[in-house]
Amino acid sequence: MSDEVAIVGIGMHEFGRHDGVSGMDQGVIAVRRALADAGLSWEDMQFAFGGSQAAGAADTMVSHLGLTGLQFINVANGCATGGSALFSAYNTIRSGVFDLGIAIGFDKHERGAFRVNTKASGLGDWYGATGLALTTQFFGMKINRYMHEYGISQSTLAKVSAKAFRNGTLNPMAWRRKPISEQEVLDSAMLSYPLTQYMFCSPGEGGVALILARADKAKQYTDTPIYLKAAVVRSRRFGSFEVLAPSIALEHNAGPTVDASKAAFEMAGIGPEDVDLAQLQDTESGAEVMHMAENGFCEHGEQEDLIQRGDTEIGGRFPVNTDGGCLANGEPIGASGLRQVYENVLQLRGGAGARQVPNDPQVAYTHVYGAPGISGVTILSR
Amino acid sequence: MPTQVPVSEGVFTWPSERPRLIGSRCRACGNHMFPVQSGCPKCTGADTETVELDSRGTLWTWTVQGFPPKAPPYMGDADPKTFKAFGVGYVELPGQVKVEARLTEADPSRLRIGMEMEMVIIPLTTDADGNEVVTFAFRPVDA
Repeated sequence: MSDEVAIVGIGMHEFGRHDGVSGMDQGVIAVRRALADAGLSWEDMQFAFGGSQAAGAADTMVSHLGLTGLQFINVANGCATGGSALFSAYNTIRSGVFDLGIAIGFDKHERGAFRVNTKASGLGDWYGATGLALTTQFFGMKINRYMHEYGISQSTLAKVSAKAFRNGTLNPMAWRRKPISEQEVLDSAMLSYPLTQYMFCSPGEGGVALILARADKAKQYTDTPIYLKAAVVRSRRFGSFEVLAPSIALEHNAGPTVDASKAAFEMAGIGPEDVDLAQLQDTESGAEVMHMAENGFCEHGEQEDLIQRGDTEIGGRFPVNTDGGCLANGEPIGASGLRQVYENVLQLRGGAGARQVPNDPQVAYTHVYGAPGISGVTILSR
Repeated sequence: MPTQVPVSEGVFTWPSERPRLIGSRCRACGNHMFPVQSGCPKCTGADTETVELDSRGTLWTWTVQGFPPKAPPYMGDADPKTFKAFGVGYVELPGQVKVEARLTEADPSRLRIGMEMEMVIIPLTTDADGNEVVTFAFRPVDA
């Protein structure tokens, strides 16, 4: 496949807690930083796709950025909001309608576990009333079953968290920048068996913006365009086991991550063996483990050895979540999927500083997963 | 004894000597669903009938809710000082569906995948009129 779309500018507002700064303001700051990175101005943007889950309608930010009359479309797609904005921007350029535009995601959530709106999720009030509307329970139950089937240990779950916090210390944009040892992870409060407090990410705040251009014009804006080889979003099929489900089918389907991953590799014309590093959804440490296999990077159960011997560390054979992932960055839903792409652009440019993956990585992969059973995958290359 | 009222009508049969979860069965493909719904996610058909689901099955997976859920929406005890952890799991009802439910057991050492479970009704909270609000749960069937 010829290169059609390139990322020519990236901007981020620090992830974490920012009292007094609205989610929208964090989105605006991310946009300004992306424009500066590409040497462009807001007037150059021909179109925008943007969204947040809890911090307002993205298109209202034009009153801060400038009323230029551009086509601005709000995106609301749960945990895949950022990924869907990027998917839409990618296809808008591929279609030939526009040459240059921007994908924006931002958010700001209250402290603690997500408060689920059962009605908006198509669930009865009884579901929340009886204490079942917690996404954390799903993650505990999915990894508990997975550990039972494939022999993953608690130590491996703790190692994933310790790696995330270690990588976070190398990332000035990360929320959690203090190392937490494997033992501290295991000793922290048991929130949803077998997952402890430090195995879970927290809802947070932040913003990311990515500027996309037609590939044949990309060099006008940057010396280091990063090409978007694939962007795919998939929802669940019958028989998959997903978050916030009062019941699941007896028969088993592998789920939207497997579908999205296969479609993305097909689109890019490469396979998992060609990927040099990946950002995989790590809502909790078990998710990173399971998503390694669901995205095709190993067989189910192989993660135990891979993680125990350090293969997924920044200097390892296959680095995963080099920026600290959701565990160290928190999860502002609208921005989270775009953070992964931001990190991969930095890594492929060779600009990731202290956490740079060695040996000039050429191909990088992102995967976001969330309610109610949706996955988004991108594949980037130099 | 206070009057017992279900947390919601139409989720389980109540009052009843032998309470059952109320679900749907697709008349076209036989797929079972919980709770009741009009369309079938398996065959995309729209012809379903309301059925009572079996009350016994096996534990497919489980966790323990270790912190108080946010209230609202939670109606049970969310006070960090008095909150008691509760089990949550999916129980596989043979030939039907896996249903998500609270478990009466919250001790990880006494829960294991594959164990026999049966449906029971448990108190959740007391409403403003002094009624005991009840919901469904599954408990281990003692060997």
